[in-house]
Amino acid sequence: MIAFMKLLARNRLALAGGIVLSLVVLVALLVPVLPLKPPDVTNTAERFHRPFTEGHLLGTDHLGRDLLSRLLWGTRLSLAVGTAAAVIAAVIGSAVGIVAGYFGGRTDNVIMRGVDMLMAFPYILLALAIVAALGTGLLNALIAVAAVNIPFFARNIRGVTVGIAHKEFVDAARLAGMGHARILLQEILPNVVPVIVIAMSTTIGWMILETAGLSFLGLGSQPPQADLGSMLGEARSALITSPHTSVVPGLMIFIIVMSINLLGDGVRDALDPRLRSGALTRPQPATTVQRAFAPEGPGRGTLDVRDLETQFHVGPRIYRAVNEVSLQVAPGECLGIIGESGCGKSVTALSIMGLVSSPPGVITGGAVFHDGQDLIGAPYDTLRRLRGDKVAYIFQDPLATLHPLTRIGEQLAEAIRVHHAVPKAELRRRAIELLKDVRIPNAEARVDNFPHELSGGMRQRVGIAMALANEPELIIADEPTTALDVTVQAQILSLLDDLRRDRGLAILFITHDFGVVAQLCDRVAVMYAGRVVEEGPTGDILERPAHPYTKRLMACVPELGGGRRDLAAIPGLPPAVDQLPMGCAFAPRCDKAAKACTAPVDLTRSDKRSVRCLFPEDAIERHSA
Amino acid sequence: MTAALRLTDLSKTFPVGKPLLGPPKAHVRAVRPVTLEVQTGETLGIVGESGCGKSTLARMLVGLQRPTTGQIEIEGRAFDNADPAAFGRMIQYVFQDPISSLNPRKSIRRIVETPLVRLHSMGSSERTARIAEIFASVNLREEFLDRFPHEFSGGQAQRIGIARALAANARILVLDEPVSALDVSVQAQVLNLLARLKREFNLTYLFISHDLAVVEAVSDRVAVMYFGAVVEIGTAERIFTAPRHPYTKLLAGSAPVVGRPLTPPEAKGTELPDPLNQPPGCAFAPRCTRATELCQREEPRLKRMEDDQLAACHHPVD
Repeated sequence: MIAFMKLLARNRLALAGGIVLSLVVLVALLVPVLPLKPPDVTNTAERFHRPFTEGHLLGTDHLGRDLLSRLLWGTRLSLAVGTAAAVIAAVIGSAVGIVAGYFGGRTDNVIMRGVDMLMAFPYILLALAIVAALGTGLLNALIAVAAVNIPFFARNIRGVTVGIAHKEFVDAARLAGMGHARILLQEILPNVVPVIVIAMSTTIGWMILETAGLSFLGLGSQPPQADLGSMLGEARSALITSPHTSVVPGLMIFIIVMSINLLGDGVRDALDPRLRSGALTRPQPATTVQRAFAPEGPGRGTLDVRDLETQFHVGPRIYRAVNEVSLQVAPGECLGIIGESGCGKSVTALSIMGLVSSPPGVITGGAVFHDGQDLIGAPYDTLRRLRGDKVAYIFQDPLATLHPLTRIGEQLAEAIRVHHAVPKAELRRRAIELLKDVRIPNAEARVDNFPHELSGGMRQRVGIAMALANEPELIIADEPTTALDVTVQAQILSLLDDLRRDRGLAILFITHDFGVVAQLCDRVAVMYAGRVVEEGPTGDILERPAHPYTKRLMACVPELGGGRRDLAAIPGLPPAVDQLPMGCAFAPRCDKAAKACTAPVDLTRSDKRSVRCLFPEDAIERHSA
Repeated sequence: MTAALRLTDLSKTFPVGKPLLGPPKAHVRAVRPVTLEVQTGETLGIVGESGCGKSTLARMLVGLQRPTTGQIEIEGRAFDNADPAAFGRMIQYVFQDPISSLNPRKSIRRIVETPLVRLHSMGSSERTARIAEIFASVNLREEFLDRFPHEFSGGQAQRIGIARALAANARILVLDEPVSALDVSVQAQVLNLLARLKREFNLTYLFISHDLAVVEAVSDRVAVMYFGAVVEIGTAERIFTAPRHPYTKLLAGSAPVVGRPLTPPEAKGTELPDPLNQPPGCAFAPRCTRATELCQREEPRLKRMEDDQLAACHHPVD
C-alpha cells in the first residue's frame, strides 16, 4: 500500500489531480456546516449579479439565488450521484463478469450476448430510454447511468476472470474442498479487485459527466434542487447576457472530471503490473555501457569475451548478473555455457550484442572482441549491422520470436533484406533454400505458412533458418531445445551439429542440460551466480569435474538406465545476485568450504582447463600436474 | 489387496469449434480408452511427449476433467466427487507450475489451511499443530507461513504445494510434472523429499513427467503414452533398457546421454500426426520403421509381451 502511494506520488499529474480532487471532496463534505446562503431561496430582485458583488462571491442566477451556495451544494450532489453510479455499475458489472468468466461455456455465452445487446445501443440513447421508462428524477438518472456502464465493467472483468479461472491455484482450491461461491469470493475476487479499481478510477469522471448530461436535459435533478448539470441547463438561456452563470458550473465540472481522470490514470499506471514493471519505459536499442575498465584488444578467434560485467540497476539495488566472465570461441567450435536458472548464462549471451534491455541493464566492465573489434560500447550502427548478419541468435521459444501475422517466408526474406539488397524473386528462392537447409519437408509449400501452422519443432527450424539467413560466423543459441520434446530435440541438435561441421560455424550454446552439452559442445563453461566456475574440454569436464559445484550438479541429474534410486541433491539455494558474498558463491552449499573460501577466489588455469576453486576435486590436480 | 486406482476404458474427447447451438465441428481424442491399475504403495510413472494426453488423464482422476467414457475406481469404490470433502481426502494433486498453483493474494498459512478447514473441519489450535507437523516433514520453516507466494523460489513453492496436498491426508497423490519447472539441483531435493514422504506415509503416486530419467528414478512401473493411448507398460528397470514398442525405443534413444554420440534417432523431418485428422490404425505408424500395411489399417491393442510388460504393437521390438 505504501509502495503504491509512493508510485502514485511519483506521477506529478496524478498527484496534482489527487490534491485538487481531495480539496473538492473536502469542501463538498463540509457544505452543510459552511456559512452559505440557502441555495434554493429565490430573490428575483437580485438576479444576474456579477461575481464578486457584495454578499454574492460568485454572483447570482436568473432567480437571484446565490451561485456559490448552489455550486457547492450542486457539486456535492453531482459527486455523490456519480460515485454512487460508478459503485453500482462496478459491483453489478463485476459480478456479472466474474460469474460469466468463471463458469464459462453456455453461461458465459448467454450472459455476454446479453451484455453485447446492451452495448449495441448508443449509450446516451439507452440512458434516455431508461429515464423515459422510469420517469425523470435524479435517482432514475443514477440508475440509467449505472445501467449504461454495466457492460463496460462486465466485459473488462470477464476477460480478466477467464485468465484467472484457468490458473492452477483455482483447481487446487477445488481439490481442497472449496465450493464455487468460496472460490469466487476468496480465490478469484481478490485477484480481480485491482482491475475493478482501475476500471472505476477511469470511468467515474465519465459517470459524473453523464449524470450532468441527463440533468442538463432536464431528466435528472428537478428544480429547485441544484446539481451541476441542471445549473448549466438553467443558465443556458442567459449564456450571452450573463455568461458567468454557465461558466461557474462548467468550470467545476471541468475541474472535477479532469482531476479524477488524472488521478485515475495514475492509479492505473501504479496498479497495473505490466506498466509497473517498466513496459512504458522504452528500452534503448543497445545496452547502456558504463565501463570501469576495458581490456585491450584485439582478441582471438571468432568471439573473445573478456572480464565481462553486466548489472541490473533497479532502484537502490544492484543485481550483479554477470561478473568477470571470459570466454573464447574459435571458428567452427561449439562452446557450451551450462548453469541453473539465474546463473547469468542468458545475460552473458545477450550482452555480447548489447541486447540486454536498458534500463535496467548496464554493462559495467570488460570487452567483447569480434574480428578484432570491441563490441561493447560500439556505435549502435555497428551493432545493428552485425546483429543477424555476422552474429545471429536462436532463442528458446520459437513461437515468441516469430511474428504471428507474417508468413515465415516473408520473415526469412526480411532477415536477408535488412542486411543485403537482394531482388524480390531471389529472396523467395533463398527463403525456400534456407527451409530446405534446415530440413523442413515440402519447403515450397511451407514457405507460405504462418508460424501457428507449424509444430514446435518446425518453428524452431524456422528460427534456425533465420539465424542462418546471412551466413553468420557465430550463432548464439539460448536454450534452443528446452521447449521441445526429446524426440524433436534430438533432431534439432543433430541439425545444428551438421550445420556447424558443414559451414564452419562457431556456436555459443546455452543450456542447463549436461546430456545436450556432452553431445554437441567441444568445450564447456560452467556458470554459477554470475561467474564462470569451471571451463575446459567437454569430455574432460564431464569425466573429471574439478569444481565441487560441477561435480555435484552432475550427480543431481538422473541418468537413464540407472534404475530406481535416491538422487544426490545439493542442499540450499543459489545466492541472490544482489547479495553476492565476497568469496566463493558456492561456499555456503559446499562441504569442502573452509575459511579461505570467504575471500575472493580467482580462476586457476592449467593448459586447457580453468577452475575457480581453492579445493578442486583431486582429478584436476593430477591432471594439471 | 485392492488396487489404489483402477481405470477401465477411460477416455476423453474434446469438441473443437463448438458453435452456440448444434454439434461441434470436430473432436480431438485427447485420451483414448485407457485401462490401468495402480497398486497401493506403488509409484506408477507416466511418460510421453507434449500433447500425448498424460495431463488430461491425470486431471480426470481428480475430477478436474469429466471423462467421456469409462470408469475410475479409487480404493475399491467408484469415482464419486459429489461430496468434495470426502473425495479430497482420498486423492490429491500436485501441480506442474509451483508458483501459479498458489494464489498470489493469500498467505501461505491460508493456502495450507484450506484443506484442513474444508476437508477435515479442524479447529484453529488443531490446525496450527498439524501445519507445524506437515511443514516439518517437507523441510519448510514455520516462519514462511505468514509470507506470500511471490516471496518463494520454485523449489520452495513446490514444497508448499506438496504440503497442501499432504494436508488433505489423502493416500493417493497425482503428481503432474512436479519437478519440470525446477532446476536440477532443486529437482533432486524435491524428488528425494517425495520418495521419503511416500515411505513415511505409505502413499501411492501417479507420477507424470516428460523426463524419462526422472520417471525411471522414482517409479516402480512406467506407462508410456503416445497420442492419447498407453502404448507400453512395464517395470521401470526394464521398460527403457528393453523396450518392446518402437516408440518407447525412440524415446529412450532420443534422451541426450553423456557419452553417447549424437545420432539422429529417426528419419529427418518427421512430423507428428494431426490430432484433428487422425489416420486409422496405429498412430505411430507414420514415424515407425517397422510399420506394415497392417499397422495402417488396424489399431494395435495392449498385449502381454513378457510377465510384466505390455505393449500395443503389431510388430514389437525384440
